[in-house]
Amino acid sequence: MTDTTRTDTDPLRAAAGNAATPEGISPPIVPPQAEVATRSQWLDVWRQFRSHRGAMVGLVIFVSIILFVSVGPLIWTIDPTYVDIRARNSGFSVAHPLGTDQLGRDLLARLMAGGQVSIAVGLTAMIIAIFIGSLIGVMSGYFRRLDAPLMRLTELFLALPLLPLLLLMVTLFREPLSQTFGPALGIFFLIVGAIGATSWMQAARIVRGEVLGLKEREFILAARSIGTPSHRMILRHILPNVLSPIMVAATLGIATAIITESALSFLGLGFPPDFPTWGRLLYDAVDQMVLYPWRVIFPGVLISLTVLCVNYIGDGLRDAMDPRIRGR
Amino acid sequence: MLSFTIRRLLLAIPTLLFISLVIFLLLEASPGDPLADVPLTVPPEVRERMREALGLGDPWPIRYILWLKQFFWVEPLHWTDQVFGTSFSEGMQRIISFQSRSPVFDVIAQRVPQTLTVVGMSYVVGVLIAIPIGILSAYRQYSWFDQIGTFVSMIGFSMPTFFTGVVLIIIFAVNLQWFPSVYDTTLEVRDWDSFLQQARQMVMPVTVLALYNAAQISRFMRSSMLDNLGQDYVRTARAKGLSERVVVLKHVLRNSLIPVVTVIALGLPAVFGGAIITEQVFKVNGLGQLLISAIHGNDIPMVLTLTFIFAILIVVFTLVADILYGVLDPRIRYD
Amino acid sequence: MKLKTVLMGAVATLAMASAAFAERGSDGQVNLIMWQAPSTMNPYLSGGTKEIIAGSLTLEPLAGYDTEGNIFPRLVTEIPSLENGGIAEDLTSVTWKLRDDIRWSDGTPFTADDVVFTGEYCMHPEGGCSQLAKFEGVTSIEAVDPHTVRVNFDSPRPDPFSAFVGGQSPILQKAQFENCIGANAPTCTEQNFNPIGTGAFRVTEFLTNDTITLEASPEYRDPEKPAFATMLVKGGGDAAGAARSVLETGEFDYAWNTQLAPDVIAGMEAAGRGKISAAFGSLVERIHVNLTDPSSSLPDGERSTLEHPHPFLSDPAVRAALSMAIDRGLLVEIGYGLAGQPTCNYVPAPEAWASDNTECLTQDIEGANALLDEAGWVRGPDGVREKDGVRLSMLFQTSVNAVRQDFQALIKQWWSEIGIESELKTVDASVFFGSDAGSPDTLQKFYADVQMYADNFEGTNPAPYLAKWTCNKAPSPANQWQGENISRFCDEEFDRLVDEIEGVVDADERATMGRKMNDMLTKDSNAIIPIVYRGTASAHSNTLGGVALNAWDSETWNVADWYRLEE
Repeated sequence: MTDTTRTDTDPLRAAAGNAATPEGISPPIVPPQAEVATRSQWLDVWRQFRSHRGAMVGLVIFVSIILFVSVGPLIWTIDPTYVDIRARNSGFSVAHPLGTDQLGRDLLARLMAGGQVSIAVGLTAMIIAIFIGSLIGVMSGYFRRLDAPLMRLTELFLALPLLPLLLLMVTLFREPLSQTFGPALGIFFLIVGAIGATSWMQAARIVRGEVLGLKEREFILAARSIGTPSHRMILRHILPNVLSPIMVAATLGIATAIITESALSFLGLGFPPDFPTWGRLLYDAVDQMVLYPWRVIFPGVLISLTVLCVNYIGDGLRDAMDPRIRGR
Repeated sequence: MLSFTIRRLLLAIPTLLFISLVIFLLLEASPGDPLADVPLTVPPEVRERMREALGLGDPWPIRYILWLKQFFWVEPLHWTDQVFGTSFSEGMQRIISFQSRSPVFDVIAQRVPQTLTVVGMSYVVGVLIAIPIGILSAYRQYSWFDQIGTFVSMIGFSMPTFFTGVVLIIIFAVNLQWFPSVYDTTLEVRDWDSFLQQARQMVMPVTVLALYNAAQISRFMRSSMLDNLGQDYVRTARAKGLSERVVVLKHVLRNSLIPVVTVIALGLPAVFGGAIITEQVFKVNGLGQLLISAIHGNDIPMVLTLTFIFAILIVVFTLVADILYGVLDPRIRYD
Repeated sequence: MKLKTVLMGAVATLAMASAAFAERGSDGQVNLIMWQAPSTMNPYLSGGTKEIIAGSLTLEPLAGYDTEGNIFPRLVTEIPSLENGGIAEDLTSVTWKLRDDIRWSDGTPFTADDVVFTGEYCMHPEGGCSQLAKFEGVTSIEAVDPHTVRVNFDSPRPDPFSAFVGGQSPILQKAQFENCIGANAPTCTEQNFNPIGTGAFRVTEFLTNDTITLEASPEYRDPEKPAFATMLVKGGGDAAGAARSVLETGEFDYAWNTQLAPDVIAGMEAAGRGKISAAFGSLVERIHVNLTDPSSSLPDGERSTLEHPHPFLSDPAVRAALSMAIDRGLLVEIGYGLAGQPTCNYVPAPEAWASDNTECLTQDIEGANALLDEAGWVRGPDGVREKDGVRLSMLFQTSVNAVRQDFQALIKQWWSEIGIESELKTVDASVFFGSDAGSPDTLQKFYADVQMYADNFEGTNPAPYLAKWTCNKAPSPANQWQGENISRFCDEEFDRLVDEIEGVVDADERATMGRKMNDMLTKDSNAIIPIVYRGTASAHSNTLGGVALNAWDSETWNVADWYRLEE
């Protein structure tokens, strides 16, 4: 647990007590120095991140998955919805490297197209949920006045039955959205919005719990006593300290969003039925698991791999941004 | 703390009433029809009659008030009658399900045991596994144990239960024939044999759910422990010469429990909500199956009552969590 | 079909033979799994198929249908006919002679009063009886003597066998249900869950949407039946899980409605513990073409109404091309296997009513293309045909169901080959089949260009099923979207035939008219594009004997004859 020499010699950090902020410096006081420090700090974060083996492996695999789903379809140009009924249920071959499904659609092309949707939905919905959750959590933990109303709102959302809520949202917004943004994009917004709007509550409760404890700590009192305004207080001192539960919630959130998307589609609330996504590929293949095991293995592995990568990247980021761990 | 608790409990009443109104309006507004299950061979005029017999002819405010009356007045009276043999509730209509035309609370009472045994047990198992794994993973960060723990829990969390459940059934029920694939809800535990039978049929659903719950809780436990292990007070405690055991299990653990308490407090009401997919895969027919079939059948009285009980539990457990925060970290004050 | 019915007959005979030297309750327990769990035992309160099947384990109608769709007596001595005087000369009444050896499972005798009561129970205006349609046109039901019941109709009825025939309208015991009439019906939980019946079994415990346990009725009329002493009916799960528990793990003897992909079934049957069989009634999977304009640019009350004809589906050539492009045989092979047959008919059975319409069975993409070319629809740069600025681009919707989604993908492909573009949409079944006037996604609203689902008719009289397609039954805001004419088909000639068939008594003439109406809906106009004649598929264990699947009545119609086979 020894701090690096660099942090020890940083007078401002020492003054800030045990503030665990990555940017534990107030720019207005000594602007030029701060700028230099900030830059070197981000470099430092990156250096630390690179030394985290798990995170680097995760990042490399994650980038390859992204390339697989985004660049892949440019190279492997079979239409994922093209039905080649004579080639149905075929195994691994040159024409279909990963085989075909029960209608003869190319599994490789479907995995690539499905990945685009699943990753986009997973990341976006997670970001929405985490953003709303952190915002509400911080607000309600930090401002006592907002606590009661915001937490009652959270309870309301927790209590609402998800399925009727989603059915209602789809009924109300499917047509207007697909008219404004076109069918595919409109449904994307709808799904991402629906998942995001119904999964922020856990993050909010966790963040609030942490903030409640945090705001009584000495370094917050110290910062307050020098007159730090609320918004800077939250951004500089509170948020960085609740980062790790947020990271965990975000990692888990991606997995949940990918699976929820497939649940939505088998309720008829998601993308058009011939539109592949990883979750749906997995769900559709469960019945045929014994006959064609690879049809569940590929989407399953890709989902897990994505979640694992995000988890390791999150771990690496968190470590890299924590000055106490950095350089260990 | 006591005055805080009382204040919160009083505040809970209008909150819950408001929640019940929102849920009711949501169910009213969402598309669906209690008669969707009725075959198309039944002509529209007959459907209209059936709808009227369900009481759907009345405007919504009347139906909402009727439900409130039934929930808060008729049902408690009925239970009083059951316990004391009185007859206050005679002639009063209890909350009746659209699907089965039977009192909603009787059906819920039938379902609670299997949900508590299966889902409740899996939650307990999940927590019991998760906390030690989380502590150990954090304490030996990036050790083999931690890496394997991370790997297993991330896979456990990212694999949906509709998949893991079927995999278990195919391996252990179809191929090895160790466990039954169908849960028998009529089984009564009377002797050792029936206990064994009950244990056998619980193994698979409990495993699936416990894996999922443990994955989530252990991740939060680990990250929170990691945050705290780096704090100055840990160094101080070690410097004082306290044993590692005391440092980790007393100081660090206690301070790390806040997010874990939050997650568990959010998870406990969910136990009552049942596990929709797992219950379906193993045919446990608990509250999750009840809720989902009621939603599909647009059985408004059933869905409303179940979600309202769920809401009460959420309000209670958030309160419990808030009180526990104060116990774990005495600096947290609400007044 | 033929071979199958012969086989089934053989199985049934075998059942009779071996049951002759069996005795009641000698074969222990039988386990059934119904993944859609029954919610009540009283079919009058639910109307769902699952409740009818559960109800028929204890309750019985006066007469039922056998596997061929022939009516046979259950609680009566003979089927009324003009010859035996059971049906009045003027066709306005039918007289049932009840057997005098029938007892309820509580030991009391079964009498005409029970039948009269059942009629009153269902026809009560406040009861919300789901089988009310069975009593349509019934003016009164009277007990002539304790063992004779007469049902009077308001007008001559060529087909008087609707009330008290088939598992949908069984007889309830008057003594038990006396206080459950009208608005009181839902308060009688005890009665609805544990009805006293005349059937082979009686309920010992009913857990709604979960498990039913039953035992052999001590009062059943045949002292040697049923062979099973107890029965367990388990609910919950899904079709694959139910099939697995019969075919692979052998935990259950019978699984209802195991609709699965043929290769999945083949894989499960390979375990050698049981097999899937199918019976064909009148269920047809079809595509409905919207003859009115569903465009969302129209004001809300005018979408999909007769005011606005469809921009291109009103062209008969386009509809014909849609039908020609479909390879029905392949669809059956992929989706239904043994439990389906390709069809071009809206009314596939009974035999006399089924038209010899087989032209559509061969896919003809070239012909469809030629037809569209001829009609002036020219391919645009993206391969989609257009004429006068109208593009052949459609929204194709159906309910959520794995087989239907596969069909959608295949059909979309075939249609794209003839230059018709389609966008697919799925709707949750509880919304799609619900007739919630507030929802835009219901089958009746039909805010899409084409939609696919399955429907059938009850009993063996298709006339009311054909009568759905008159102009005045098109759903519209005026009738709260409750009409049954989903395609908005409107043809004066057809309306005239519907009126006329009401008055025709001669069976052959009725069937001829029916075939003509069927052809008008299908091959002449292609307002309805039939795809697959579907059977009901159920799995049963090799150790369960006596099973004879029946699509005309409740699947458990002959549960009294089931017995245990030694392996």
